[in-house]
Amino acid sequence: MGKRVAVVGYGQTYQRSSRKDVNGVELINEAVRVALADAELTIKDIDAIVIGNMDHFEGINYVDMWSAEGSGAVMKPVMKVTTGGTTGTSVAMCAYYHVASGMFDKVLAIGWEKNSESDTTGAIITAFHPVWERPNLGGAVAGLAIEASKYMHDYGATEKDGARVAVRERLHALNNPYAHLHQEWMKGIPPDQLVDLIVGSEQNQLLAYPLRMSDMCPRTDGAAAVIFAVEGKAEKIAPIPAWVQATANRHNFVYAGDVDMARNTTIAEASQAVFRKAGIKEPLKQIDVCELYLPYSYAGLKWIEDIGFCGYGEGPRLLWDGVTDMDGEMPINPSGGVMSSNAIGATALIRVGEGALQVMGRAGARQVNRKVNLAFCSGFGGCYWADIMLLGRKKPA
Amino acid sequence: MVTSGDSSQPFNWTVDEYGSTFLREMRDHKKLVGIKCPKCGKVYVPPRPVCGQCYVGMNEIVPVSDEGEIYVFTIVHFGFVDPNTGVQRPVPHGYAFIKLDGADTCLTHFLDSVDPVKVKVGARVKAVFEPKRTGSMMDIKHFKVL
Repeated sequence: MGKRVAVVGYGQTYQRSSRKDVNGVELINEAVRVALADAELTIKDIDAIVIGNMDHFEGINYVDMWSAEGSGAVMKPVMKVTTGGTTGTSVAMCAYYHVASGMFDKVLAIGWEKNSESDTTGAIITAFHPVWERPNLGGAVAGLAIEASKYMHDYGATEKDGARVAVRERLHALNNPYAHLHQEWMKGIPPDQLVDLIVGSEQNQLLAYPLRMSDMCPRTDGAAAVIFAVEGKAEKIAPIPAWVQATANRHNFVYAGDVDMARNTTIAEASQAVFRKAGIKEPLKQIDVCELYLPYSYAGLKWIEDIGFCGYGEGPRLLWDGVTDMDGEMPINPSGGVMSSNAIGATALIRVGEGALQVMGRAGARQVNRKVNLAFCSGFGGCYWADIMLLGRKKPA
Repeated sequence: MVTSGDSSQPFNWTVDEYGSTFLREMRDHKKLVGIKCPKCGKVYVPPRPVCGQCYVGMNEIVPVSDEGEIYVFTIVHFGFVDPNTGVQRPVPHGYAFIKLDGADTCLTHFLDSVDPVKVKVGARVKAVFEPKRTGSMMDIKHFKVL
């Protein structure tokens, strides 16, 4: 059993479509400075750094090397972790392992991306097998649209059900000054009317059937940094540390066509592993808030079923009943989620940072209206693989 | 050697023995093959040397049909530059995971149709082979929706 570890500081840049005013190193530095200030630490207090992005997106390599002045890694142990969409949670898990091992007291986790400097679709295609998959893969949009086609076929979910997820994410984003998409026009309009407006809009163009513009995440420039500290130090740094209760990840297939699109088995198994470790029997009742990596709308229906918040096919009901809204039984993505900001290498780390803010009670206008004892954070990536990190107010057993 | 349309890439990728068998059978005989796990019986397409679930070696090449059904699909409407060729992919185009008869995993490929009435989960499809084949996945031009 490792040491107990908590999140004690969090910083992020404003997530924007294009940050031409800074380069990648400066972007990283912005987030690191905010995180250090948040924890009232200096870079001298940091024992090691874990950093990640999808470096081939920007056509660069060795980000651990060339970002050292921005990340603060000069003459420190530094490690790069790159696992696709899950990069941010993998960075968080790696930083957590560093501290839990007892070898480092305070570790800085950094995730970032400048999508404005990348060809995201082209880069995603080249992440796949050059012989079997690259010739016909259609990037993330097509790769997610196919899953939606299966869920709609199997469970009769409709375009309106998908739009209900999008509406939740974009309404929540209005409370988050850091979010990329701020759809001010949505303010004050009830969710069901917003769904009708979105589904009926001719401007809402089809990207890849059944996904329209409103169903997808944006491409974002942004960075995030999270500081993990060991028991004994964590309590001195943060008034309410967000303790890591459990973490797990699952990978699955070799080639894309191996994925059984019927269910998201990796998020299901990783969630079950975390629930077992943390002694959670009734996830919907016991978890207070979620920050889930939902890159497109229908994931917000299907994957919450796979996590175990409801039965198969019941996701839409949870959405329409408002269970996952800010004032619902279990709010999902008070930050506005991935569908409101997606700086890919930062995205999953933002889930961890936002979950920690909720536990700490420091999320400002996006703070949920209750004491958060448990925040469930997820990462999704590469190809239907999953990372989970459960944060909480109490030290884990 | 993998080529990319009219352009070429300074890479050569090795496929394993069974992958080579797949490409050769497709190129020379317009036949598709999979590989069967001796433990769980699952038939993988394209064939590869190890069943990841059972973590055992596989060596039994089995024929699979050039017909099957659409397991999942999309009709891509957004235009993007294909990084393999540097040329924009045609829009709209159909893309699907195809479960060939006799296989347990799917082959990913293009569809010949973008007709929302015909292109559905469960629709029957058949491989259309290129007349000149080079030993690449694009020896299948697309799958025809029947």
